[in-house]
Amino acid sequence: MSSRIQIFVVAGILIAIGLGLTLYKRFELGFPLLPGERQDVWTLESKVTVKPTGGPIDISMALPEPRAGWVLLDENFASSGFGFSIAEGADGSRQARWTRQTLDRPATLYYKLQTYRSDEFGLGASPVPDIKLPELTDDRRAAMNRVVANLRERSSGPISFTALLLEQLVDEKMDQDTAFLFAGHESGHLGVIMDVLAYAGIPAQRVKGVFLEEGRRRQQISTLVEVFDDGRWHLFNPLNAQMGLPDNFFVWERGERFILDVIGGNSSQLEFALVKNTLPVKTLLSMEQEVGGKLMLDFSIYSLPVEQQGMFKGLLLIPVGALVVVLLRVLVGIRTSGTFMPILIALGFIQTTLLAGLIIFLMVVGAGLWIRSYLSHLNLLLVARITAVVIMVILLMAALSIVSYKLGFNQALTVTYLPTIILSWTIERMSILWEEDGPHEVLIQGGGSLLAAILAYLLMTVELIEHLTFNFPELMISLLGVVLLLGKYTGYRLSELYRFRYLRKDWQ
Amino acid sequence: MKFISPRELRELGVLGMNSRNVNYIARRNPRRLFPLVDDKLKTKRLAQEHGMNVPELYGVIEIQHEIQDLEQLLEGRERFVIKPAQGSGGKGILVVSERNGHEFTKSSGAVLNLRDVKRHTSNILSGLYSLGGRPDVAMIEDMIVFDPILSHYSYEGVPDIRVIVYRGFPVMAMIRCATHASDGKANLHQGAIGVGLDIETGHSVCAVQNNAKVTRHPDTGYGFEDLKLPHWEQLLLLACGCYEMTGLGYFGADIVLDKHRGPMILELNARPGLAIQIANQSGLAKRLKAIDRLKSIILPVEERVSLAQQLFGRQPSMF
Repeated sequence: MSSRIQIFVVAGILIAIGLGLTLYKRFELGFPLLPGERQDVWTLESKVTVKPTGGPIDISMALPEPRAGWVLLDENFASSGFGFSIAEGADGSRQARWTRQTLDRPATLYYKLQTYRSDEFGLGASPVPDIKLPELTDDRRAAMNRVVANLRERSSGPISFTALLLEQLVDEKMDQDTAFLFAGHESGHLGVIMDVLAYAGIPAQRVKGVFLEEGRRRQQISTLVEVFDDGRWHLFNPLNAQMGLPDNFFVWERGERFILDVIGGNSSQLEFALVKNTLPVKTLLSMEQEVGGKLMLDFSIYSLPVEQQGMFKGLLLIPVGALVVVLLRVLVGIRTSGTFMPILIALGFIQTTLLAGLIIFLMVVGAGLWIRSYLSHLNLLLVARITAVVIMVILLMAALSIVSYKLGFNQALTVTYLPTIILSWTIERMSILWEEDGPHEVLIQGGGSLLAAILAYLLMTVELIEHLTFNFPELMISLLGVVLLLGKYTGYRLSELYRFRYLRKDWQ
Repeated sequence: MKFISPRELRELGVLGMNSRNVNYIARRNPRRLFPLVDDKLKTKRLAQEHGMNVPELYGVIEIQHEIQDLEQLLEGRERFVIKPAQGSGGKGILVVSERNGHEFTKSSGAVLNLRDVKRHTSNILSGLYSLGGRPDVAMIEDMIVFDPILSHYSYEGVPDIRVIVYRGFPVMAMIRCATHASDGKANLHQGAIGVGLDIETGHSVCAVQNNAKVTRHPDTGYGFEDLKLPHWEQLLLLACGCYEMTGLGYFGADIVLDKHRGPMILELNARPGLAIQIANQSGLAKRLKAIDRLKSIILPVEERVSLAQQLFGRQPSMF
C-alpha cells in the first residue's frame, strides 16, 4: 500500500473513531454537544495528612452540609488501609471517621466533593450559643474593658461594634489597648476577636469554609465571624471587614467544633485542591439524579482526580492551538519563530487576557532584544548567553510587575503566566534573526508568531471549543486524523499565490 | 489584487513549498545523507575522493589550539579564503586577495594583520557564524578568481550558478549575481539578482531582482540579455555527477566558474529554494514530472545531461 493510501485509511479510521465516540456520548450518555445554560461546578478535593505518633489512630472530619444554596453533588472517599465509617449526629451533621490500629509512616486521606450554588440565600437560623467569658490576666482584662467601652461608645449596636473592631484590625490603625490585646496572642487574631465580642456580650460564632479560587492546589480553611443581633445572624469576613457571605465562600462548618480531630497523630494538615468546571445545567440535573451511580462520568475526564482535571483542561486546548499553527503554516504559509511557540504564548494570553498579554509580551521582548544586542558584542557561549537572557527576562518581568502594581494596574501581575523560557528563546531567536537577516525578517516572523498566537487564543477561548475539548476529549482522535491529512497536503500555500504573482500571464 | 490563481500556477507547473517537502525532499533525500551536504568539509572531501573539481583545500583548523599553526599553514599562500564548514548565507567568509608578508588585503580592500586573521578563525571555531551557534571548524581554501566574463554581472561578490539536479538530471539552472543592495551576497531574498539559464545552451532566459524582472545589472549597467555561460556542458556534467557522489535524489548544486580551472563545486544543498522558478519564469514541477515519466533513469552522466538538454532546452527568452 502506498504511503498516501495508508494515510487516507488511517486518518479516515481515526476521524471515524473520534466522531463515533462523540456521537455515542451524545446520544447514549446524554452529554450535550452545545454548552447551553451553564453553571459553575466546583470540585473540592480535601487532603488530610497525618503523622502517626504510634498506637491506634483515629481521625474524624466534620463533613459539610448543604447550606446557603450550595448543592452537594457527589462525594468520594479514598483511604487505603483505614477502617472507614460515616457517623450521623442527631442534628443531621455528619462525620467521616478513619481508624487504624497501627500506622508507621505519614498517611494521606482524601475526601472529594462536587458542589454548585443553585440558589443564593444566607445561612439561616442556628442555635444561639451561650456567651462564655474568657479568663484573662488582670492587665489584659483592664485593656479589654477599655477597648469594649471605647467601641461601645462609637457604635450603635452589635453589628456596627463588630464592623468597627474588624476595620481597626484590617486598617492596622489600632489604639494602644487594642494593639496590646492583639499582640502576641497565641490563638491568633480570631481568638481575640471572639474574646472581645464575648466581653461585649454579643453572641458570636465561627463559620469555617473554603474560598473557592480556580486552580488552587493548597487552599486552607478560612474562618468568618458570625454575630447574632436582632434575631438574626450577621456574617463578617475578618480579613476585609466586609459584611455578608462572600459569593465564593463554601461553608463547611458552622459553630465552634473543629473540622479535623486526630487521635494518635500529629502535624495533621487539611488542604484543598480546587477546580472549577462550567457545566451545562442539563448535565447537572442528570448528575444530581445519579449521585452514587457515576456510570455516566466514568467515560469522561471527570473521573480523574481534581488536580489532573485542572491540568487536562489546559492540555486539551493545546491540540486546538496546534491545529491553528499547522493550518497557518501549511495552508497560509505564515512563518513563525519556533514551531509551537505561538501556542505557549496563547496559553499565556488565556491567563493574562489578550490586551494585557500582548502589551506585556511586546514590552518584555522589546526590552529583551535591546539588552540582548549588547550581549552579542560580548561573544558569549550559547548556553551562558541564553541563561543570561532567562535571568534578564525574569528581572524584566519582576520590574514590570512592581512598577505597574505601584501605578495601580493589577493586570501586569499576571505576567508570570507567560512562559519565561519560551520568552527567552524568542528573544534569542529574534536577536539572531535580526543580526543575520535584518529587522525586516524579525517583523515578518515575530508578526507571524503573534498572529498565530492571537488566532489560537481567540479559538481556544471560544466557549463551544472549551466545552467540546473538555467534555469530548475523543474529538482529539479526529483532530489527529485531520492533522495527518494536512501533513500530506501538497497544494500551494496562500503566500505562494502572492510570491509567484509575477508568473501571471497577463503581467508579461 | 496582485495574486495568481492556484489553477494558473498548476498550469505553469510551479512547484510549491508543501509539494517540494513531501514529494521531493522527503521522498528522494534519505535523512542520513543530509550531513554530507550540510557540512561543507564533508562535501569537499567526498568530492575530492570522486575526483570532482573543487577549490583546493589548503588546510582545516578544528580546535582553538591549532590556530597557532595558521601562520605556517598560510606560508606562501598569496590568495586564500577562510570559511566556516557549517556557515549559512555566506556569513563568516574571509576572502584574502592579496598578501604582503603579514599584511592581508581583503577583497573589499581592507587590510588585516595576522592577529585579525587568527581572531576571525577563532570566532569561526566558537560557532559565531554557524546555525544556532554550534561549534564549527574553519576551512582554508584557494580563492576563486572568477571568469572575467562574469565580472560584468556581479558587484563585490562571486556569482555562483545553481543547478537543480533531480535523480541525476539537470532540470533547472540560474546564476545568482550579487548587487550593492545584497551587500555582495548571492542570496536572492537579500536583493541579489537571479538570472535563469537555458539548460541546453547556458544562455540567459530572464533576470529578476526581488521577484520583479530586470534587464540590466543595477550597479554595473550590463544587460543580462547577452549573458551566456562558458563551459556549460562541463558545468552540467559536474553538477549531475554529484548525484552518484551523494545519492541525493533532489538537490541544488552551487557551482563557480574559475578563470583557470573552470567549473568547481562550491557546495550542495539538500533543500534548494523555489525562487529559481521565478528567475526562469517557468515551473519546476512539470520538469520533475517529465523526469519521473522516463522509463529508465540510471544512464551515464553524459546521456542524462544530453537528454535533459533535449527535454528542457530552448526556452523562449523573456528579454
